[in-house]
Amino acid sequence: MVMDAAPPRITVKNLDMSYGDFVIMRDLDFTIRRGDIFIVMGGSGCGKSTLLRVLVGLKEPAKGQVLYQEGSLWEVDEDSRDAILRKTGILYQRGALFSSMTLAENIAMPLQQYTRLPAKEIRELASLKLALVGLAGFEDFYPSEISGGMVKRAGLARAMALDPDILFFDEPSAGLDPVSAHLLDELILEIRDSLHATIVVVTHELASIFAIGNNCVFLDVETRTMTASGDPKELLQNTTDANLRHFLTRGEK
Amino acid sequence: MTKKPISQTPPLAACAVTRDGGAVRVALAGDWRMGATIPDVQAVAAALQGSEKPASLTFEAAGVTGWDSRLLAFCLRIMRLAEAAGVAVDTSGLPEGAGSLMDLAVKVPERKGAAKKETAESFLERVGEVALGIGQAVGNLLEFLGEVTLACGNLLRGRAVFQRSQLALLIKQAGLDALPIVSLISLLVGLILAFVGAIQLQQFGAQIYVSTIVGIAMVRVMGAIMTGIIMAGRTGAAYAAELGTMQVNEEIDALRTFGFSPTEFLVLPRLIALVLMMPLLCIYADLMGVLGGFIVGSLMLGINPVQYFSNTWQSVPLANFWIGLVHSTVFGVLVALAGCYRGMRCGRSALAVGQAATSAVVTSILAIIIATAIITVVCNILGI
Repeated sequence: MVMDAAPPRITVKNLDMSYGDFVIMRDLDFTIRRGDIFIVMGGSGCGKSTLLRVLVGLKEPAKGQVLYQEGSLWEVDEDSRDAILRKTGILYQRGALFSSMTLAENIAMPLQQYTRLPAKEIRELASLKLALVGLAGFEDFYPSEISGGMVKRAGLARAMALDPDILFFDEPSAGLDPVSAHLLDELILEIRDSLHATIVVVTHELASIFAIGNNCVFLDVETRTMTASGDPKELLQNTTDANLRHFLTRGEK
Repeated sequence: MTKKPISQTPPLAACAVTRDGGAVRVALAGDWRMGATIPDVQAVAAALQGSEKPASLTFEAAGVTGWDSRLLAFCLRIMRLAEAAGVAVDTSGLPEGAGSLMDLAVKVPERKGAAKKETAESFLERVGEVALGIGQAVGNLLEFLGEVTLACGNLLRGRAVFQRSQLALLIKQAGLDALPIVSLISLLVGLILAFVGAIQLQQFGAQIYVSTIVGIAMVRVMGAIMTGIIMAGRTGAAYAAELGTMQVNEEIDALRTFGFSPTEFLVLPRLIALVLMMPLLCIYADLMGVLGGFIVGSLMLGINPVQYFSNTWQSVPLANFWIGLVHSTVFGVLVALAGCYRGMRCGRSALAVGQAATSAVVTSILAIIIATAIITVVCNILGI
């Protein structure tokens, strides 16, 4: 496959995650390549979101490494970690927009912090990001004044504020109607193709998994480790693992 | 998204506009990333608005060495200008990826009229709005008080629905957990009163009356006021923040749809907890205040401990004790109502929760002071 030729962007080695003494996932080993739409999938409560928190530097793993191109996320000092993470953007499950700011201000905040652009241009960039996610003209709205689907898209616009080359999505289609979820999937594909970004999606939405994912890892809640990785469409054809088959076929047969 | 190595020259972006018959050609070159200085769209605007309207606008980007969102923002501005002038735009000349992003950006048309406009309001308009706001606030408050009264009626008839375990927890939080801070502050207030009194009374050799001053002041009003203010900052703010967060999380809506009355389920137990605990805390604060006075009296003024206590006991009329309890019960009601009212009327954002907590404390303290003034006047008229 062509994608396999792309250089690795994030490599996870021997990763264990725990809350206190309770290990929720162990022995995670996988590689996310440049240009991938990489799916982290698994049943509810298996540790998908925890894995995301480890990948974006919010939670320290119990053991193992998260290797970005620039260095090992949990072994470098804090400044280098911040520098690595500045190239990432995250869309949180519920948008996590700052409720006391308008949409434009939400997007402008990282730009004001990390660039020296004049206010007018920052405002213009904020409008551009909003236009990219289909929210042109909503600059002066507060997050409480727009619908859930729009909050998600505005969250994506904010995640893209600093032109990251890795985008993380936590349950992007949760709480969206099928059409909006489909449009968001299209948007994810479009962004990957236009920006050559690497995209990591945490989800259990089968329609999305098959529509956009070209690589994935399956976290099994029973064995508390990853039981499969690869192209989700191929996994559906070839897997012998009962739990994964169960998951990919919505529990039928 | 850099596709080419960074050029060694300082980042400079260039934009050349040429008119080629009916077409305007915008040739972009240089580095268009975050650090770059980018040109103005003036030249493009001039070409679009020239005497002869162009038929189309094309981009050319052969000389672009690097780009990010800034190039896109620049092109978007040009495209909006072209759109306004009614000129067709061809984005195929833009760097790979940029063209499709531009198409994406203009796919959903800008929502006209969505952008908010700042409109200057006349003085009369503002006065009117404030007046309407006050009217609405009074209406809201009366509605809330009515709901609470109905809930209390249900409570007396034994029909109020709330969780007893929740009430026990609230009583512990409002009572037991408040003891350390109430101890500290009342003890210090007792000390301060004794100090201030001692300096004056020593001049007349009447040190023994320090016990009277501290006793009457603490028992009659200070104990109640200090606990009231502590509880406004501690518990009133907590109630507002808690109920406000429940409002944000739609928990209060969930209660409603289950057929629970939020007033009975949330406000009533908090009201009961504070009304029960405030008088007890007040009695405790009275004792701690007297103890503070005693420390100054016996250690600094050399008053005999037994004498100090017997003098306190004799010189503080029992009526003062009851007046203190009335104060604290009223404060309990006020603090609980202010906290719950602000929490229940909270907006749905983090900002609103902060405002609810702040205004709960301000309202409580204001209400405490006003109530004290009223009770004092009433006591004066009644001669107690």
